Amino acid sequence: MLSVLAKRFVTVIPTLIGVVIVAFLLTRVMPGDPAAYFAGPAATPQSIAEVKKSLGLDRPWHEQFTRYVSDLMHGNLGNSLSTGQPVVTELKTRLPASAELTLSGLILSLCIAVPLGILAAMKQGSWIDHICRIVATAGVSLPVFFTGLLLVYIFYFRLGWAPSPIGRLDAFATAPPNVTGFYLIDALIARDLETFAAALSQLILPAVTLAIFSLAPIARITRASMLAVLASDFVRTARASGLSTRTVILVYAFRNAMLPIITTLGMVFSFLLGANVLVEKVFAWPGIGSYAVEALIASDFAPVQGFVLAMAVLYVALNLVIDVLYGVIDPRVRIEG
Amino acid sequence: MSDSALHAAAAPGQSSPTILRHARHVVSENPVTGFAFALFLLIATCALLGPHVAPYDPLASDAAGILQPPSLKHWCGTDQLGRDIFSRVIVATRLDFVIALSSVVLVFAAGGLSGTAAGFFGGWTDRIVGRVSDTIMAFPLFVLAMGIVAALGNTVTNIVLATAIINFPLYVRVARAQANVKRDAGFVLAARLSGNSEARIMLCHVLPNIMPIMMVQISLTMGYAILNAAGLSFIGLGVRAPTPEWGIMVAEGAANIISGEWWIALFPGAALMLAVFCFNLLGDGLRDVVDPQRRT
Repeated sequence: MLSVLAKRFVTVIPTLIGVVIVAFLLTRVMPGDPAAYFAGPAATPQSIAEVKKSLGLDRPWHEQFTRYVSDLMHGNLGNSLSTGQPVVTELKTRLPASAELTLSGLILSLCIAVPLGILAAMKQGSWIDHICRIVATAGVSLPVFFTGLLLVYIFYFRLGWAPSPIGRLDAFATAPPNVTGFYLIDALIARDLETFAAALSQLILPAVTLAIFSLAPIARITRASMLAVLASDFVRTARASGLSTRTVILVYAFRNAMLPIITTLGMVFSFLLGANVLVEKVFAWPGIGSYAVEALIASDFAPVQGFVLAMAVLYVALNLVIDVLYGVIDPRVRIEG
Repeated sequence: MSDSALHAAAAPGQSSPTILRHARHVVSENPVTGFAFALFLLIATCALLGPHVAPYDPLASDAAGILQPPSLKHWCGTDQLGRDIFSRVIVATRLDFVIALSSVVLVFAAGGLSGTAAGFFGGWTDRIVGRVSDTIMAFPLFVLAMGIVAALGNTVTNIVLATAIINFPLYVRVARAQANVKRDAGFVLAARLSGNSEARIMLCHVLPNIMPIMMVQISLTMGYAILNAAGLSFIGLGVRAPTPEWGIMVAEGAANIISGEWWIALFPGAALMLAVFCFNLLGDGLRDVVDPQRRT
């Protein structure tokens, strides 16, 4: 198992190199002179030259690249112009908010989409199958920021069930003591049910928005792969041997149908991490997405580039986890790998 | 496909009814495709005639009539500057349509050509193209688009470019797989035997044969391109404020949602949703016509 893991890590290296090269290019293709930009509007030619030297922009390309990589190795992504804070610190403090939101959305979506897909495949042509098809087609057409606004209008303005969309906690509540950074878990650790309820009520709408968005691909692939598995010989044999439907579906069929679902999760994560940015803007969620958007509007490029790089590294890591999971679920992959 | 192309060349009168009949069969079996096509015609009309059919000037503000709910005078109400939302939604169609279409055409040319070359030549071409598209796929796509627009500059052209770049791997994958299959087909061998150069075989023999499936890809990615462009302008990239565009209109209405003025964000959002929905359905329908094996 360990050697398989090591091999997987090796396959990630060229991807990471590609990501770093793209990130480097993104920092260097900025229109105009980056030095003049970083020196500020009131800069003299002299100070621009100084900034150029301190940024290393007067060096040849390969030296700039080496310097960039060594900065990355030391965890230096530059400083934000508007706050003066190092980008890495800000990303670190804001990451748990985004992670909590994305994971809740994904878990919610899995809890709905997988059973829906299984039922649709078991009862092909029934009403539940039609629901599944509608969800799969409508879900991919909904702009995620629009769904979020609709939910806010219905559940906050009309029904008054949800709190106002202003972040992770309302102004009167205090954040639970920081252990994991996830408010729900931290509140449980502190045995503070009131904060837990407050954090949960803020989290529900944005998480549902993300879930609606990611339902479609998961439901679609679950239905398709369950259909393929249910038609296979081993399921027929299991049925013929008199196993209960429950055992056949959950133990024999679903375990095999999980492989394509897990593969699709990679794509779903790509969509989710992007959609997260939009949802964070709609719900004023203090995550790394809204940090990047604020920086974008202020033409503050270091945070945006740090954000893009961080997201890419995160995404590569997630895909690695998915690959490893694949091996855990399917022993055949482990042996061949 | 090569067979029907031959037929079309030999006897156009005989072959086109077959395609028409097939298309009619697909539409009658799945009326949704017919609906999607009607919707597409509506969108195309709005894109072409937008400014001429809109009842009001999309930029004209009216201080006396701000934030009015939908009425007979203003079908979709007015926004915080008193501009008619119905007119703005219609006029915006052209911009959204043009952004999506030009990005898709751009990636169709770039991704289609490099994918075909990768599949046809294999070897180093394949490795380089594969590496480039793998690197793009290593990013969450919307995030990469944000990064590209931020780096290249906040303009509509760069939105088009960013949308094209993030769709590149999809086109490469389809074109490569198709070209790989066609590489050893009889007509390619025949063309090679008659002394055509490799580049000519790829451009004049392989490429036309993978066109139909690539056209389906266009329709399937149009919806995604519209969503992506609207998402970028929602967070304040690309299109600037007074210009009517669906994403930015939803963003403008976002602040009013919590005070109950739902119509400002709802109508542009609904238009956006319908357009994406239309292209997705159309893509599925087109795929049924062109590539019946992948029908689901």
